[in-house]
Amino acid sequence: MSDARSRMVARAAREIAPGMVVNLGIGLPTKVVNYLPADFPVCLHSENGLTGIGPTLPHDKADRNLIDAGGAYVSTIPGSAFFDSAVSFALVRSGRLDLTLLGAFEIAQNGDLANWKIPGKFSPGAGGAIELAQKARRVVVMTTHCDRKGNPKLLEACTLPLTAKGRVARIYSDMAVVDVTPEGFALVELAEGVSLPELREATGAPIAIPAGDIPTF
Amino acid sequence: MKLPNKSTTLEEAVAAIPQGATVLVGGFGVPGTPFTLLRELARQDQRELVLVKNDANEAGMGIDHLIAAGQVRKLIVTHLGLNANAIAAMNEGKIEVEFCAQGILAERIRAGGAGLGAILTDIGIDTELAKGKQVVEMEGRPMLVEPALRADVALVHATTADPFGNLAYAATARNFNPLMAMAAKQVIAETETLVPLGGLAADAVETPGAFVDQVVELSELSQEYGIVRR
Repeated sequence: MSDARSRMVARAAREIAPGMVVNLGIGLPTKVVNYLPADFPVCLHSENGLTGIGPTLPHDKADRNLIDAGGAYVSTIPGSAFFDSAVSFALVRSGRLDLTLLGAFEIAQNGDLANWKIPGKFSPGAGGAIELAQKARRVVVMTTHCDRKGNPKLLEACTLPLTAKGRVARIYSDMAVVDVTPEGFALVELAEGVSLPELREATGAPIAIPAGDIPTF
Repeated sequence: MKLPNKSTTLEEAVAAIPQGATVLVGGFGVPGTPFTLLRELARQDQRELVLVKNDANEAGMGIDHLIAAGQVRKLIVTHLGLNANAIAAMNEGKIEVEFCAQGILAERIRAGGAGLGAILTDIGIDTELAKGKQVVEMEGRPMLVEPALRADVALVHATTADPFGNLAYAATARNFNPLMAMAAKQVIAETETLVPLGGLAADAVETPGAFVDQVVELSELSQEYGIVRR
Protein backbone atom coordinates (compact mmCIF):
# COMPACT_ATOMS: atom_id res chain seq x y z
CA MET A 1 0.00 0.00 0.00
CA SER A 2 1.28 3.49 -0.83
CA ASP A 3 2.06 5.84 2.02
CA ALA A 4 -0.91 8.09 1.22
CA ARG A 5 -3.25 5.10 1.24
CA SER A 6 -1.89 3.82 4.54
CA ARG A 7 -2.46 7.20 6.12
CA MET A 8 -6.00 7.27 4.70
CA VAL A 9 -6.73 3.88 6.23
CA ALA A 10 -5.20 4.89 9.57
CA ARG A 11 -7.22 8.12 9.55
CA ALA A 12 -10.46 6.31 8.69
CA ALA A 13 -9.88 3.90 11.59
CA ARG A 14 -10.53 6.86 13.92
CA GLU A 15 -14.17 6.83 12.72
CA ILE A 16 -14.71 3.78 14.86
CA ALA A 17 -15.78 4.69 18.38
CA PRO A 18 -15.76 2.28 21.31
CA GLY A 19 -18.95 0.22 21.56
CA MET A 20 -19.99 0.52 17.92
CA VAL A 21 -21.38 -2.23 15.66
CA VAL A 22 -19.49 -1.78 12.38
CA ASN A 23 -19.51 -3.34 8.91
CA LEU A 24 -16.35 -2.92 6.86
CA GLY A 25 -16.83 -3.21 3.09
CA ILE A 26 -14.79 -5.65 1.03
CA GLY A 27 -11.32 -4.44 0.02
CA LEU A 28 -9.59 -1.42 1.51
CA PRO A 29 -12.11 -0.82 4.34
CA THR A 30 -11.30 -4.19 5.93
CA LYS A 31 -7.73 -2.92 6.43
CA VAL A 32 -8.77 -0.39 9.09
CA VAL A 33 -8.79 -3.16 11.73
CA ASN A 34 -4.99 -3.19 11.44
CA TYR A 35 -5.01 0.29 12.95
CA LEU A 36 -7.18 -0.50 15.97
CA PRO A 37 -5.61 -1.63 19.26
CA ALA A 38 -6.07 -5.37 19.88
CA ASP A 39 -8.29 -4.73 22.91
CA PHE A 40 -10.43 -2.00 21.27
CA PRO A 41 -14.11 -2.59 22.21
CA VAL A 42 -15.97 -2.86 18.89
CA CYS A 43 -18.32 -5.41 17.30
CA LEU A 44 -17.47 -6.08 13.65
CA HIS A 45 -20.30 -7.51 11.53
CA SER A 46 -20.00 -9.65 8.41
CA GLU A 47 -22.98 -10.05 6.05
CA ASN A 48 -22.61 -13.81 5.78
CA GLY A 49 -23.60 -14.25 9.42
CA LEU A 50 -20.98 -13.30 11.96
CA THR A 51 -20.58 -10.69 14.68
CA GLY A 52 -17.26 -10.48 16.47
CA ILE A 53 -14.84 -10.98 13.58
CA GLY A 54 -11.44 -12.21 14.74
CA PRO A 55 -8.09 -12.02 12.95
CA THR A 56 -7.59 -13.40 9.44
CA LEU A 57 -5.90 -16.80 9.46
CA PRO A 58 -3.34 -18.36 7.11
CA HIS A 59 -4.60 -21.31 5.01
CA ASP A 60 -3.02 -23.95 7.23
CA LYS A 61 -4.83 -22.59 10.30
CA ALA A 62 -8.13 -21.74 8.58
CA ASP A 63 -11.56 -23.25 9.31
CA ARG A 64 -13.20 -24.13 5.95
CA ASN A 65 -16.59 -23.07 7.38
CA LEU A 66 -15.50 -19.68 8.68
CA ILE A 67 -15.12 -16.83 6.20
CA ASP A 68 -16.08 -13.18 6.05
CA ALA A 69 -18.27 -11.74 3.30
CA GLY A 70 -15.19 -11.14 1.15
CA GLY A 71 -14.16 -14.79 1.37
CA ALA A 72 -11.21 -14.23 3.73
CA TYR A 73 -10.63 -16.96 6.30
CA VAL A 74 -11.29 -15.20 9.59
CA SER A 75 -11.64 -16.39 13.17
CA THR A 76 -13.86 -15.87 16.18
CA ILE A 77 -13.10 -13.99 19.39
CA PRO A 78 -14.67 -14.51 22.83
CA GLY A 79 -18.34 -13.54 22.41
CA SER A 80 -18.61 -14.04 18.64
CA ALA A 81 -21.98 -15.16 17.24
CA PHE A 82 -23.10 -16.95 14.05
CA PHE A 83 -26.53 -16.46 12.46
CA ASP A 84 -28.34 -16.87 9.16
CA SER A 85 -28.61 -14.32 6.34
CA ALA A 86 -32.05 -13.06 7.39
CA VAL A 87 -30.82 -12.28 10.91
CA SER A 88 -27.69 -10.70 9.46
CA PHE A 89 -29.65 -8.16 7.43
CA ALA A 90 -32.29 -7.67 10.11
CA LEU A 91 -29.39 -6.23 12.09
CA VAL A 92 -28.47 -3.93 9.18
CA ARG A 93 -31.97 -2.71 8.33
CA SER A 94 -33.26 -2.22 11.87
CA GLY A 95 -30.76 0.47 12.83
CA ARG A 96 -28.43 -1.70 14.92
CA LEU A 97 -25.51 -1.08 12.57
CA ASP A 98 -23.81 2.11 13.75
CA LEU A 99 -21.35 2.53 10.91
CA THR A 100 -20.37 1.13 7.55
CA LEU A 101 -17.20 1.93 5.62
CA LEU A 102 -17.66 1.33 1.91
CA GLY A 103 -15.72 1.71 -1.32
CA ALA A 104 -17.04 3.93 -4.13
CA PHE A 105 -16.97 4.54 -7.87
CA GLU A 106 -18.68 7.92 -7.50
CA ILE A 107 -19.97 10.12 -4.65
CA ALA A 108 -22.19 13.10 -5.35
CA GLN A 109 -22.19 16.36 -3.40
CA ASN A 110 -25.64 15.46 -2.03
CA GLY A 111 -24.34 12.17 -0.59
CA ASP A 112 -25.49 9.87 -3.39
CA LEU A 113 -23.30 6.78 -3.72
CA ALA A 114 -22.57 4.62 -6.76
CA ASN A 115 -20.45 1.56 -6.10
CA TRP A 116 -21.99 -1.51 -7.67
CA LYS A 117 -22.37 -1.24 -11.41
CA ILE A 118 -20.71 0.22 -14.48
CA PRO A 119 -23.20 -0.45 -17.28
CA GLY A 120 -21.68 -2.52 -20.06
CA LYS A 121 -18.43 -3.09 -18.15
CA PHE A 122 -18.97 -4.28 -14.60
CA SER A 123 -22.25 -5.73 -13.43
CA PRO A 124 -21.66 -8.43 -10.83
CA GLY A 125 -24.62 -7.51 -8.59
CA ALA A 126 -24.65 -5.48 -5.40
CA GLY A 127 -24.62 -8.26 -2.80
CA GLY A 128 -25.47 -6.54 0.49
CA ALA A 129 -24.17 -3.08 -0.46
CA ILE A 130 -27.56 -1.49 -1.05
CA GLU A 131 -28.83 -2.40 2.41
CA LEU A 132 -25.59 -1.34 4.09
CA ALA A 133 -25.58 2.02 2.29
CA GLN A 134 -29.29 2.64 2.77
CA LYS A 135 -29.65 1.58 6.41
CA ALA A 136 -26.39 1.90 8.37
CA ARG A 137 -26.74 4.79 10.82
CA ARG A 138 -23.60 6.39 9.43
CA VAL A 139 -22.19 5.73 5.96
CA VAL A 140 -18.59 6.60 5.32
CA VAL A 141 -16.70 6.08 2.08
CA MET A 142 -13.06 5.16 1.73
CA THR A 143 -11.64 5.60 -1.74
CA THR A 144 -8.89 6.99 -3.87
CA HIS A 145 -9.80 10.58 -4.70
CA CYS A 146 -9.67 9.86 -8.45
CA ASP A 147 -10.21 6.71 -10.50
CA ARG A 148 -7.36 4.88 -12.30
CA LYS A 149 -7.64 7.19 -15.28
CA GLY A 150 -7.35 10.24 -13.02
CA ASN A 151 -11.01 11.24 -13.24
CA PRO A 152 -12.56 12.70 -10.08
CA LYS A 153 -14.82 10.41 -8.07
CA LEU A 154 -16.36 13.28 -6.07
CA LEU A 155 -18.91 14.80 -8.42
CA GLU A 156 -21.83 17.22 -8.60
CA ALA A 157 -24.06 14.28 -9.55
CA CYS A 158 -23.44 10.56 -10.00
CA THR A 159 -23.46 9.26 -13.57
CA LEU A 160 -23.54 5.54 -12.63
CA PRO A 161 -26.51 3.58 -11.23
CA LEU A 162 -26.99 4.49 -7.57
CA THR A 163 -26.43 2.24 -4.60
CA ALA A 164 -28.19 4.65 -2.24
CA LYS A 165 -29.42 8.21 -2.35
CA GLY A 166 -28.08 10.94 -0.06
CA ARG A 167 -26.54 8.61 2.52
CA VAL A 168 -22.80 9.33 2.47
CA ALA A 169 -21.75 11.46 5.45
CA ARG A 170 -17.99 11.57 4.99
CA ILE A 171 -15.27 10.56 2.53
CA TYR A 172 -11.76 9.45 3.41
CA SER A 173 -9.53 9.64 0.36
CA ASP A 174 -5.80 9.57 -0.28
CA MET A 175 -5.97 13.37 -0.66
CA ALA A 176 -8.43 14.57 1.96
CA VAL A 177 -11.14 14.01 4.53
CA VAL A 178 -14.30 15.54 3.09
CA ASP A 179 -17.71 15.92 4.74
CA VAL A 180 -20.97 15.88 2.82
CA THR A 181 -23.04 18.78 4.17
CA PRO A 182 -26.42 20.22 3.14
CA GLU A 183 -24.36 22.79 1.17
CA GLY A 184 -22.21 20.16 -0.56
CA PHE A 185 -18.63 18.95 -0.04
CA ALA A 186 -16.63 20.55 2.79
CA LEU A 187 -12.94 19.94 3.40
CA VAL A 188 -12.09 18.66 6.88
CA GLU A 189 -8.44 17.62 6.58
CA LEU A 190 -5.81 17.47 3.85
CA ALA A 191 -3.36 14.63 3.32
CA GLU A 192 0.22 15.73 3.97
CA GLY A 193 1.82 17.10 0.82
CA VAL A 194 -1.46 17.87 -0.97
CA SER A 195 -2.16 21.51 -1.83
CA LEU A 196 -5.57 23.16 -2.09
CA PRO A 197 -5.23 23.78 -5.85
CA GLU A 198 -4.35 20.07 -6.33
CA LEU A 199 -7.40 19.04 -4.30
CA ARG A 200 -9.71 21.38 -6.24
CA GLU A 201 -8.30 20.07 -9.53
CA ALA A 202 -9.00 16.48 -8.45
CA THR A 203 -12.53 17.16 -7.18
CA GLY A 204 -15.42 17.26 -9.65
CA ALA A 205 -17.63 19.60 -7.60
CA PRO A 206 -17.22 22.73 -5.48
CA ILE A 207 -15.61 22.09 -2.12
CA ALA A 208 -15.88 24.46 0.85
CA ILE A 209 -12.57 25.23 2.55
CA PRO A 210 -12.55 25.96 6.28
CA ALA A 211 -11.12 29.25 7.50
CA GLY A 212 -7.69 29.20 9.16
CA ASP A 213 -5.16 26.38 9.31
CA ILE A 214 -6.27 23.17 7.68
CA PRO A 215 -5.37 20.08 9.71
CA THR A 216 -3.37 17.36 7.91
CA PHE A 217 -3.17 13.58 8.25
CA MET B 1 -43.68 -43.38 19.09
CA LYS B 2 -40.78 -42.97 16.70
CA LEU B 3 -39.95 -40.26 14.17
CA PRO B 4 -39.88 -41.32 10.51
CA ASN B 5 -36.63 -42.14 8.73
CA LYS B 6 -35.92 -39.93 5.69
CA SER B 7 -32.38 -40.96 4.93
CA THR B 8 -31.86 -41.95 1.33
CA THR B 9 -29.19 -42.29 -1.34
CA LEU B 10 -27.70 -39.39 -3.28
CA GLU B 11 -29.01 -40.77 -6.61
CA GLU B 12 -32.54 -41.24 -5.35
CA ALA B 13 -32.77 -37.82 -3.66
CA VAL B 14 -31.60 -35.90 -6.73
CA ALA B 15 -33.75 -38.01 -9.09
CA ALA B 16 -36.77 -36.34 -7.44
CA ILE B 17 -35.77 -33.01 -9.05
CA PRO B 18 -37.85 -32.43 -12.21
CA GLN B 19 -36.74 -30.76 -15.44
CA GLY B 20 -37.33 -27.01 -15.29
CA ALA B 21 -37.40 -26.97 -11.50
CA THR B 22 -36.81 -23.86 -9.45
CA VAL B 23 -34.08 -24.85 -7.02
CA LEU B 24 -32.91 -23.01 -3.90
CA VAL B 25 -29.21 -23.67 -3.28
CA GLY B 26 -27.64 -22.91 0.10
CA GLY B 27 -24.18 -21.48 0.62
CA PHE B 28 -22.28 -18.19 0.70
CA GLY B 29 -18.97 -18.81 -1.04
CA VAL B 30 -17.79 -22.30 -0.14
CA PRO B 31 -19.29 -22.65 3.36
CA GLY B 32 -22.74 -24.22 3.26
CA THR B 33 -22.76 -25.01 -0.45
CA PRO B 34 -24.18 -28.53 -1.08
CA PHE B 35 -21.43 -29.47 -3.54
CA THR B 36 -22.25 -33.18 -3.61
CA LEU B 37 -25.94 -32.66 -4.40
CA LEU B 38 -24.93 -30.19 -7.14
CA ARG B 39 -22.45 -32.68 -8.66
CA GLU B 40 -25.18 -35.30 -8.77
CA LEU B 41 -27.59 -32.79 -10.34
CA ALA B 42 -24.94 -32.13 -13.01
CA ARG B 43 -24.55 -35.91 -13.55
CA GLN B 44 -28.31 -36.52 -13.84
CA ASP B 45 -28.52 -33.52 -16.18
CA GLN B 46 -31.91 -32.02 -15.34
CA ARG B 47 -32.19 -28.93 -17.53
CA GLU B 48 -33.98 -25.56 -17.82
CA LEU B 49 -33.33 -25.01 -14.13
CA VAL B 50 -33.93 -21.75 -12.27
CA LEU B 51 -31.36 -21.53 -9.49
CA VAL B 52 -31.73 -19.25 -6.47
CA LYS B 53 -28.49 -18.72 -4.60
CA ASN B 54 -26.54 -15.96 -2.86
CA ASP B 55 -23.68 -16.15 -5.36
CA ALA B 56 -22.59 -18.18 -8.38
CA ASN B 57 -19.67 -19.89 -6.58
CA GLU B 58 -16.35 -19.68 -8.42
CA ALA B 59 -15.37 -21.03 -11.83
CA GLY B 60 -15.20 -24.84 -11.70
CA MET B 61 -17.10 -25.11 -8.41
CA GLY B 62 -20.66 -25.69 -7.24
CA ILE B 63 -23.36 -24.28 -9.52
CA ASP B 64 -20.71 -23.37 -12.10
CA HIS B 65 -20.84 -27.03 -13.25
CA LEU B 66 -24.55 -26.61 -14.02
CA ILE B 67 -24.04 -23.28 -15.80
CA ALA B 68 -21.16 -24.70 -17.86
CA ALA B 69 -23.28 -27.71 -18.88
CA GLY B 70 -26.11 -25.47 -20.08
CA GLN B 71 -28.55 -26.78 -17.45
CA VAL B 72 -29.45 -23.34 -16.10
CA ARG B 73 -32.06 -21.08 -17.68
CA LYS B 74 -32.09 -18.40 -15.00
CA LEU B 75 -30.18 -17.34 -11.90
CA ILE B 76 -31.64 -15.33 -9.03
CA VAL B 77 -28.57 -14.13 -7.09
CA THR B 78 -27.21 -11.22 -5.07
CA HIS B 79 -23.90 -11.12 -6.92
CA LEU B 80 -21.72 -13.27 -9.14
CA GLY B 81 -18.50 -11.29 -9.10
CA LEU B 82 -16.24 -14.23 -8.26
CA ASN B 83 -17.33 -16.35 -11.23
CA ALA B 84 -16.10 -15.03 -14.58
CA ASN B 85 -17.89 -17.91 -16.38
CA ALA B 86 -21.24 -16.87 -14.94
CA ILE B 87 -20.64 -13.23 -15.88
CA ALA B 88 -19.74 -14.30 -19.43
CA ALA B 89 -22.85 -16.53 -19.68
CA MET B 90 -24.96 -13.58 -18.53
CA ASN B 91 -23.33 -11.15 -20.95
CA GLU B 92 -23.70 -13.60 -23.87
CA GLY B 93 -27.39 -14.05 -23.03
CA LYS B 94 -26.98 -17.78 -22.30
CA ILE B 95 -28.55 -17.36 -18.89
CA GLU B 96 -31.00 -14.84 -17.53
CA VAL B 97 -29.91 -13.19 -14.29
CA GLU B 98 -32.12 -11.47 -11.71
CA PHE B 99 -30.22 -9.55 -9.04
CA CYS B 100 -31.72 -9.16 -5.59
CA ALA B 101 -30.38 -7.28 -2.55
CA GLN B 102 -28.84 -9.86 -0.23
CA GLY B 103 -31.04 -9.40 2.82
CA ILE B 104 -34.13 -9.05 0.66
CA LEU B 105 -33.38 -12.36 -1.04
CA ALA B 106 -33.15 -13.87 2.44
CA GLU B 107 -36.48 -12.32 3.46
CA ARG B 108 -38.22 -13.36 0.24
CA ILE B 109 -37.14 -16.94 0.90
CA ARG B 110 -38.10 -16.69 4.55
CA ALA B 111 -41.54 -15.37 3.53
CA GLY B 112 -41.89 -18.28 1.12
CA GLY B 113 -40.98 -20.67 3.90
CA ALA B 114 -43.42 -19.00 6.27
CA GLY B 115 -46.39 -19.28 3.93
CA LEU B 116 -46.57 -15.53 3.23
CA GLY B 117 -47.23 -13.89 -0.12
CA ALA B 118 -44.72 -11.04 -0.18
CA ILE B 119 -42.79 -8.58 1.94
CA LEU B 120 -42.79 -4.77 1.83
CA THR B 121 -39.49 -2.92 1.92
CA ASP B 122 -37.91 0.38 0.95
CA ILE B 123 -34.59 -1.32 0.16
CA GLY B 124 -33.47 -0.38 -3.33
CA ILE B 125 -36.37 2.00 -3.88
CA ASP B 126 -34.00 4.71 -5.21
CA THR B 127 -32.08 2.25 -7.40
CA GLU B 128 -32.62 0.38 -10.63
CA LEU B 129 -33.50 -2.72 -8.58
CA ALA B 130 -36.90 -1.04 -8.13
CA LYS B 131 -37.60 -1.13 -11.89
CA GLY B 132 -40.83 -2.90 -12.73
CA LYS B 133 -41.74 -3.57 -9.11
CA GLN B 134 -45.08 -2.72 -7.59
CA VAL B 135 -45.00 0.19 -5.11
CA VAL B 136 -47.54 0.54 -2.30
CA GLU B 137 -47.89 3.16 0.41
CA MET B 138 -47.53 1.94 3.98
CA GLU B 139 -47.95 4.41 6.83
CA GLY B 140 -47.27 7.25 4.41
CA ARG B 141 -44.07 5.79 2.97
CA PRO B 142 -43.62 4.14 -0.43
CA MET B 143 -42.59 0.49 -0.24
CA LEU B 144 -41.65 -2.05 -2.87
CA VAL B 145 -43.63 -5.28 -2.99
CA GLU B 146 -41.10 -8.11 -3.04
CA PRO B 147 -42.82 -11.42 -3.77
CA ALA B 148 -42.13 -14.41 -1.56
CA LEU B 149 -39.87 -17.03 -3.09
CA ARG B 150 -41.02 -20.60 -2.77
CA ALA B 151 -39.35 -23.23 -4.90
CA ASP B 152 -39.83 -26.77 -6.16
CA VAL B 153 -36.65 -27.95 -4.49
CA ALA B 154 -34.17 -26.78 -1.86
CA LEU B 155 -30.64 -28.19 -1.67
CA VAL B 156 -29.02 -27.51 1.69
CA HIS B 157 -25.81 -28.51 3.43
CA ALA B 158 -25.83 -29.44 7.12
CA THR B 159 -22.97 -30.36 9.40
CA THR B 160 -25.06 -32.75 11.45
CA ALA B 161 -28.42 -34.33 10.79
CA ASP B 162 -30.53 -37.15 12.14
CA PRO B 163 -32.65 -39.49 10.01
CA PHE B 164 -35.79 -37.42 10.60
CA GLY B 165 -34.08 -34.40 8.98
CA ASN B 166 -33.34 -32.31 12.04
CA LEU B 167 -30.40 -30.19 10.93
CA ALA B 168 -27.53 -28.25 12.50
CA TYR B 169 -25.02 -26.05 10.71
CA ALA B 170 -21.45 -24.90 11.31
CA ALA B 171 -20.12 -21.35 11.65
CA THR B 172 -20.74 -19.23 8.53
CA ALA B 173 -22.02 -22.29 6.65
CA ARG B 174 -25.50 -21.35 8.00
CA ASN B 175 -26.11 -18.37 5.73
CA PHE B 176 -29.12 -19.15 3.49
CA ASN B 177 -29.44 -22.85 4.45
CA PRO B 178 -31.93 -22.65 7.35
CA LEU B 179 -34.14 -20.25 5.34
CA MET B 180 -34.09 -22.35 2.19
CA ALA B 181 -34.75 -25.50 4.20
CA MET B 182 -38.24 -24.10 4.91
CA ALA B 183 -39.09 -22.78 1.46
CA ALA B 184 -39.50 -25.65 -1.01
CA LYS B 185 -41.87 -28.50 -1.82
CA GLN B 186 -38.96 -30.93 -1.77
CA VAL B 187 -36.21 -30.18 0.74
CA ILE B 188 -33.06 -32.27 0.30
CA ALA B 189 -30.34 -31.99 2.93
CA GLU B 190 -26.83 -33.38 2.58
CA THR B 191 -25.02 -33.84 5.86
CA GLU B 192 -21.42 -34.36 6.88
CA THR B 193 -22.49 -36.49 9.83
CA LEU B 194 -25.66 -38.52 10.23
CA VAL B 195 -26.38 -39.28 13.87
CA PRO B 196 -29.11 -41.61 15.17
CA LEU B 197 -32.42 -40.14 16.37
CA GLY B 198 -31.65 -38.45 19.66
CA GLY B 199 -28.03 -37.88 18.66
CA LEU B 200 -28.80 -34.25 17.93
CA ALA B 201 -30.09 -32.64 21.12
CA ALA B 202 -33.48 -30.94 20.73
CA ASP B 203 -31.86 -27.64 21.79
CA ALA B 204 -29.20 -27.96 19.09
CA VAL B 205 -31.64 -28.41 16.20
CA GLU B 206 -31.60 -25.37 13.91
CA THR B 207 -33.93 -26.67 11.19
CA PRO B 208 -36.70 -28.90 12.53
CA GLY B 209 -36.93 -32.13 10.56
CA ALA B 210 -40.60 -31.57 9.81
CA PHE B 211 -39.45 -29.16 7.05
CA VAL B 212 -37.11 -31.70 5.46
CA ASP B 213 -37.98 -34.46 2.97
CA GLN B 214 -34.73 -36.31 2.33
CA VAL B 215 -31.41 -36.67 4.12
CA VAL B 216 -28.27 -37.78 2.32
CA GLU B 217 -25.18 -38.66 4.34
CA LEU B 218 -21.93 -37.68 2.63
CA SER B 219 -19.49 -40.58 2.41
CA GLU B 220 -16.61 -38.15 1.91
CA LEU B 221 -16.00 -34.44 1.49
CA SER B 222 -14.68 -33.66 -1.98
CA GLN B 223 -11.94 -31.13 -2.68
CA GLU B 224 -14.63 -28.49 -3.32
CA TYR B 225 -15.46 -28.29 0.40
CA GLY B 226 -11.87 -27.48 1.33
CA ILE B 227 -9.91 -24.29 1.81
CA VAL B 228 -9.76 -22.18 -1.36
CA ARG B 229 -6.17 -21.13 -2.01
CA ARG B 230 -6.39 -17.93 -4.00
